[in-house]
Amino acid sequence: METMTRRGFLMSHSRALKEGIRDGMPIALGYFVVSFTLGIAAKNAGLTPFQGFLASFFNNASAGEYAGFTVIAADAAYIEIALITLVANARYLLMSCVLSQKFAPDTSLWHRICVGFDVTDEIFGISVARPGRLDPYYNYGAMLVALPGWSVGTAMGIAAGNILPLEAVSALSVALYGMFLAVIIPPARQDKIVGILVLFSFFSSFAAVHLPVLMELSGGTRTILLTVVLSALAAYFFPLKETQA
Amino acid sequence: MTHDIYIYLLIMSAVTLAIRILPLTLIRRQIKNRFLRSFLYYVPYVTLAVMTFPAILDATRIPLAGGLALLSGIALSWWGASLFKVAASCCLVVFLTEMVLC
Repeated sequence: METMTRRGFLMSHSRALKEGIRDGMPIALGYFVVSFTLGIAAKNAGLTPFQGFLASFFNNASAGEYAGFTVIAADAAYIEIALITLVANARYLLMSCVLSQKFAPDTSLWHRICVGFDVTDEIFGISVARPGRLDPYYNYGAMLVALPGWSVGTAMGIAAGNILPLEAVSALSVALYGMFLAVIIPPARQDKIVGILVLFSFFSSFAAVHLPVLMELSGGTRTILLTVVLSALAAYFFPLKETQA
Repeated sequence: MTHDIYIYLLIMSAVTLAIRILPLTLIRRQIKNRFLRSFLYYVPYVTLAVMTFPAILDATRIPLAGGLALLSGIALSWWGASLFKVAASCCLVVFLTEMVLC
């Protein structure tokens, strides 16, 4: 009996785990390159490779970590690093709310904590793209490759500095955006409202970078502001039908 | 250096993890409110779109390479290419564009 349930458990989750590793691979590669350059900023702030590894393992956030390293470099008050991390990473709060709705309601506390540990833009992107309920093991698969990619990349960036050729950094830096497109474009094709919303988001985001006041804000704050305003407008004017989502 | 880097890292990590874990652990039930459900349904599309453009133009050495990567990424996703193929093609487009123009 014990072995039967064990086998059933492995069968149902090993597929999700494998798919997570598969989809996590391009993320891990992109992470490695980006975190390598992040390591250079960490080095300037006075971090050792081990400290960079810790920062990246527990934060896994490019903008948030970069902001944190500038505070460390300035030797500023502890409260400042708390505030800047809160602002730079606030969008994960929204993503975590979205993922809470993808879980089966009886998902255990441990699974919730472990999946929450690594809610990044990219892992969030691939998890919402999966149809139906979220299997935590899918996220574990992606985390298994993405987390080492990010944290080891940071440590190596601190240790080895700028060894990647510029051409490679430039080309690999769009991999993450390519993944975002692969997540948002297929639903935009199927659902006309999502399609218009995506186009409108591109346009608003472009405008926000050039408009006075809005352009003064950090990239992270602008993302939150636009996300909340545009999603609220869409929800108000185009609420979901009872059967959707 | 009057501040300890390990304390900085501890504070930074505690804030990040709280942001990520609290909603997932505190919201245990399906949200019934129609507006909230619709809002959360639209959030991923808006936030990923906002983060992609115009940032992709600044990620590459010349903005045109990022722009072409954006267009080819949209086209390939539209015709159903996989996540990996779209990401790899975007990199390739940038590499080739910059090889010709840089």
